[in-house]
Amino acid sequence: MTNGRTSPTDQDAERALVAPGTGNGLADVFRSRFLLKLLVRKELRIRYRGSVLGLLWTYVKPGVQFVAFYVALGVFLGLEQSPTNRGGLPNYAVYLFSGIILVNFFTESLSTATRSIVNNSGLINKIYLPRELFPVSSVWVSAVHFLPQMFVLVVACLFSGWRPGLVEAYTAVAGFLIIALLATGLGLFFGAANVYFRDSENFVDLLLMVATWVSPVLYSWRMVQAKAGDLWFSVYQLNPITIAVESFHHAFWLPTTAGAEGSPPNLVTLWIPVGLLVSLLILFLGQWTFRRLEGRFAQEL
Amino acid sequence: MTTAIEIRNINKQFVLRHTRSLKEALVWLIRGRKGDLSKKFHALRDLSIDVEHGETVALLGLNGSGKSTLLKHISGVMLPDSGTVRTGGRVAGLIEVGAGFHPDLSGRDNVYLNGAILGMTEAQIKEKFDSIVEFAEIGEFIDTEVKFYSSGMYLRLAFSVAVHTDPDVFLVDEILAVGDEPFQKKCLAKIKELAAAGKTLIVVSHDLDLVAHVCDRGILLEHGSVVMDGPVGDVISRLRNR
Ligand SMILES: Nc1ncnc2c1ncn2[C@@H]1O[C@H](COP(=O)(O)OP(=O)(O)OP(=O)(O)O)[C@@H](O)[C@H]1O
Ligand SMILES: [Mg+2]
Repeated sequence: MTNGRTSPTDQDAERALVAPGTGNGLADVFRSRFLLKLLVRKELRIRYRGSVLGLLWTYVKPGVQFVAFYVALGVFLGLEQSPTNRGGLPNYAVYLFSGIILVNFFTESLSTATRSIVNNSGLINKIYLPRELFPVSSVWVSAVHFLPQMFVLVVACLFSGWRPGLVEAYTAVAGFLIIALLATGLGLFFGAANVYFRDSENFVDLLLMVATWVSPVLYSWRMVQAKAGDLWFSVYQLNPITIAVESFHHAFWLPTTAGAEGSPPNLVTLWIPVGLLVSLLILFLGQWTFRRLEGRFAQEL
Repeated sequence: MTTAIEIRNINKQFVLRHTRSLKEALVWLIRGRKGDLSKKFHALRDLSIDVEHGETVALLGLNGSGKSTLLKHISGVMLPDSGTVRTGGRVAGLIEVGAGFHPDLSGRDNVYLNGAILGMTEAQIKEKFDSIVEFAEIGEFIDTEVKFYSSGMYLRLAFSVAVHTDPDVFLVDEILAVGDEPFQKKCLAKIKELAAAGKTLIVVSHDLDLVAHVCDRGILLEHGSVVMDGPVGDVISRLRNR
C-alpha cells in the first residue's frame, strides 16, 4: 500500500491496472510491518484479558511444567547427576529448562499459527490483506512470550557460572532461528490446510504432543546414540527441533558443566547449518502451499 | 478518463456441499469416487463490466443475485475461476462495517488496527485520527472498549475509519443504513462528497431511492449475469416493474 499524497504523474502510474488479490506472500508481510505490529499487540492484549495474573502466566506455565519434569525425571528416574548417581547429567535443571522453553516456543507458535486463519475468518472473507500476516503474527506473539523465559534462563545460567563466548552466542541465535523458521513454515502449511480439513488442528496437536519426546529435551542425546546406532542417530539428528535443542544446550548448559558430556559431534560445523537449511526448506514449502491454497480461503471459510 | 475497474468474462462457481472431514473424503475415494462429492453453484456467469475513474455505479439485483460476490472479486478477497479482474488505484471495500474491529480493544486501538487493515500507513492514521473521532461523534468513549458501545456507536466509528482511508475506488455494500437519522444523513453527505471529489463509487443497496440519489449509472444483476446497464433511473424502474 502506498502513501496517499502523491503528485499527479505518480498518480497515473499508481493507477495502472493490476489484478487484485494476488500478493507476494511473505514479502507483503514485511511491507505491512505496521499492521503486523498492531496484530501482535492486539493478540497480546486479548490473550490474557480478564485474568488476574495476565502475562505472568507465561512464567507460571513453564515453571510448573519444569518442576514436574525435574522431580519426576531428574530425581525419581535419576537423570540428574548427584554424589550417589554418577551416571546422570550434571546441572540437569539448566539442561531441562533450556530445552523446555525452546520446545514450548515451538509448540505455542505452531498450535496458534495453525488456528490463525480459521480464527480470523471474519476478516479474511471480507477484506483483502496479506493472509500470511496471521500465522506470522502468531509466531511473533509466541516469541514475545518466550522472551521472559529466556531471561530467567540467562539469570539461572549466570548463577551457575555461565560465561558465554562467541560460539555460544551463535548457537543460541541459530537455535532460536531454526525453531522460528520451522514454526512459521509448518504454521503456514497447516494453517492453510486447516481451512479445508479441520483435522489439521488435531493432527498438529498430536505432532506437538510428541515433539518434546523425540528431541533430547528430557534425556541426553548419548542415550539415543547408544541404543539406536550411528545410522539411526543421524536420522534422529535431521529433525530441526533436535538440532535447535542441542544448540541451546551447547549455548547455555554446556558452559556451566565441566564439559565432559559434550555436544553431538559436528554440531556447530555441520548440524546447525543443516538445521537452518531444513527449516528454510520447510518455510519455502509452507509458503508455496499457502499461496496455492489461499485463493479459495474466502469462499471456504 | 482512465479505467478503474476492468472485468472480463469472469465465472465463479461455489461448492455447496463441503467435505470437512478426512473420513468423508476417504469413504468417497474408497467407493471409487462414485457420485459427486459436492454440488456446484454458478454465482457469477460470464460477467464483464468496465468502470471509469470518477463514475458512481449502483449494483442492483434481488437477494442472491451475486452483488456481494462481485464486490469481493473487485476487492481481491475472492479470485475468479476464469476470466480476469483488474483494478487501478487503491480499492477499499466497506463490504461489512467493522469487519476488522475487535470488541475487547478500545475505540482508539480499533481505529489504528482497522485503519491499518484497510491499508493506511501509521502516519496517515495519526494525521486523520482526530478527524475520524470527530466524524464519528464518539467523544469521550474513544478510550472505552468497543464491546461497551451501542451498536450505532460501533457502526459510526467503523464507518468513519472507512471513509477516512481515502481510496480511489470505494466499494460500499449495504452499509448506508447505519446509525440514527442525523448520522445517516451525514454518511450520505460524506459519500456524495467523495463522489464529487472524483472518487469511483460502487454501491450495493436495496434502498432504491437512496441509490438513485447517489449514483449515476446502474447495473442490474440476475443469477450472476448483467441483464441491464444504463442510467440509474432506467435500471431502477426496470427492477421495480418486473
Ligand atoms: N462462500 C460461498 N460458498 C457458497 N455459496 C456462496 C458463497 N458466497 C455466496 N454464495 C452464494 O452465491 C449467491 C450470491 O450471493 P451474494 O452474497 O453475492 O448475493 P447478493 O446479491 O449479495 O445478495 P443480497 O442482496 O442478499 O446481499 C448466493 O446464492 C449465495 O448462497
Ligand atoms: Mg449481499
